[in-house]
Amino acid sequence: MDSHPATLFAADELACERGERLLFKGVCFGLSAGELLLVQGGNGQGKTSLLRLLAGLARPDAGEVSWRGQPIARCRDDYHREMAYLGHANGIKDELEPAENLRFSHGLQGRRFDATRALETLQRLGLSRCLDLPCRALSFGQRRRVALAALLLADARLWILDEPLTGLDVHAVALVEALIDEHLRAGGLVVATTHQPLKLAGTPVQPLQLGRAAAPRAGAVEAV
Amino acid sequence: MGRFLLGVVRRDLTIAARRRGDWLTALFFFVMVSSLFPLSVGPDPQLLQRIGPGVLWVAATLASLLSLSRLFEDDHRDGSLEQMLLSPSPVVLLVLGKVLAHWLVYGLPLLLVTPLLGIQFNLPGEAIAVLVLGLLLGTPVLSMLGAAGAALTLGLRGGGVLITLLVLPLYVPALIFGAGAVGGVLAGTGAEAHLSLLAAFFLVSFTVAPWIAAASLRVSVG
Amino acid sequence: MNLYHYASPTTFYRLAGRVVPWAAWTAGILAACGLYIGFFVAPTDFQQGEAYRIIFIHVPAAWMGMLIYLAMAFWGAIGLAFNARLAFIMMRALAPTGALLTFVALWTGAVWGKPMWGTWWVWDARLTSTLVLLFLYLGTLALWSAIEDTRRSDRAGALLTLIGVVNVPIILFSVVWWNTLHQGSSIGVTHAPRMATVMMAGVLTMTLAAWAYAIAVVLARARRLVLERERKTEWVQKILVQEA
Repeated sequence: MDSHPATLFAADELACERGERLLFKGVCFGLSAGELLLVQGGNGQGKTSLLRLLAGLARPDAGEVSWRGQPIARCRDDYHREMAYLGHANGIKDELEPAENLRFSHGLQGRRFDATRALETLQRLGLSRCLDLPCRALSFGQRRRVALAALLLADARLWILDEPLTGLDVHAVALVEALIDEHLRAGGLVVATTHQPLKLAGTPVQPLQLGRAAAPRAGAVEAV
Repeated sequence: MGRFLLGVVRRDLTIAARRRGDWLTALFFFVMVSSLFPLSVGPDPQLLQRIGPGVLWVAATLASLLSLSRLFEDDHRDGSLEQMLLSPSPVVLLVLGKVLAHWLVYGLPLLLVTPLLGIQFNLPGEAIAVLVLGLLLGTPVLSMLGAAGAALTLGLRGGGVLITLLVLPLYVPALIFGAGAVGGVLAGTGAEAHLSLLAAFFLVSFTVAPWIAAASLRVSVG
Repeated sequence: MNLYHYASPTTFYRLAGRVVPWAAWTAGILAACGLYIGFFVAPTDFQQGEAYRIIFIHVPAAWMGMLIYLAMAFWGAIGLAFNARLAFIMMRALAPTGALLTFVALWTGAVWGKPMWGTWWVWDARLTSTLVLLFLYLGTLALWSAIEDTRRSDRAGALLTLIGVVNVPIILFSVVWWNTLHQGSSIGVTHAPRMATVMMAGVLTMTLAAWAYAIAVVLARARRLVLERERKTEWVQKILVQEA
């Protein structure tokens, strides 16, 4: 794919159709440890569809996504063990308290729930005062932070984030940027879409442009 | 894997408990629909005894179907369904867990109320026992078939009615064997054959439907 | 034989186009013969009089309704297993014909019964199971029309048909069971009269005619679906321009 050492996550000629429209085709990239793939493009250009393809929620109309050299369609369970996805929706239940939500997410991964660590993570994300409330009573930003806590606890190598900064205030935005930075420095990989500029000092960022604008670098896409 | 299954059941039960009142709607529906029949066909005890098993089976079926259309809707809307599909655990277990939780909340109460309704329809004790036993076998089958229907119709407009159209024809054998069992008791011919057939239908449904439901979830979300 | 060659829409379109007229003519000729035998040659049944002649339409329609559902399930399974577009197209093309034939079977079944029972409907095993089969067809068609995305629609329909096909034997069995239970109160089962050889010949001819008709109609519909789904490709554009 490309000459980077140890490309962990790669896509080859991905294409996606929604109904009658061709959203994108010919999407290629290769991502290594410590790298961030930033997917950009206007609304309706297929950013969310691309991320869902990469996560393995949907199958591409053409092309292949591979993790550690294997197509994800074939090694799905192993891939999902190492990947965490944060979509537009938070993936948490309103009726449950934050810690209960985290316990269930952990159970999904088939791992033992470490209550202390979960508590610490929630506190780190500034949710200490919300621990006894059902998530229904939390603000949008707070719920997003619960979802981020689940993301952190998943201990995943690859993070796929769909507009992680939307709806967050200035502090929370800084927090998320710090978390992403920390993750990348530890050798993790991130794929993200965002409308807002992501301020990451000294991080190798691969831009991927969907849609009509010019596409720099690896990740060139045919304008549709 | 067993832990995952229990985790799903526990989660759904907790949520249902905190929703309070949801499960009562289906129960009220069951009771009210059953009570409509004496009002519309007259109070003749012989007649009511004849139609009782059928009426109660159909009412229980409709009451369960009411709630089944929402089996996956909430999780779909808040994104937790996606997260569950992204877990390394098999989707079939997820489906079975949700079906079990759903039956415990919506199916079991129906069974508990059935004896009272059976008395309303002038059914003798043994008939009521067979009725409850039949529903004990039949309502999980309905939950399972309904789960497949819910997975197929996820997010569609008119999903509630559509599920009914899809699931009811598939459920016909349960109705025939279940109501027939009670009829057998009333006629003195015995319910054994019916109940065995119902049990066989139960087994076949649980062998096939969970996998179809799991595949349908992936198709509907992907 | 390279199966993948036949799985290509272009090849299918061409081949099917050649088969359709043959099948249509065969259907027409066989139907004419069959109806002639059925309505003119076969003797009057001593039990059921002239009315029984409707079986020459009812029986083939009922068999085809059943068979087509199985074929739908088969193509649906192939489509799911191999992600084959053409298999899904075949499944979709079969459904309306299957539903129509089942409806015809239902209607002719009722007509058959009328002279015997005096009513247009009776809950015997035959009519009831035909009715349930019709519901299964209608459910599948309803599901397809409710889903806009083609890919999801195809797969959902295939899965529904699979669960249906497993249930169908059970449903049939249960309906027959139910019917024998309530024998005493029901008015009477529509038995086919004891078949003289001539009658058999008539029914067989009509069944073959129904087969040929189904093949013709289904392949024609499938061709249309191929054009519709592949309309963005070059070869379809050429055809559409030619026909314009």
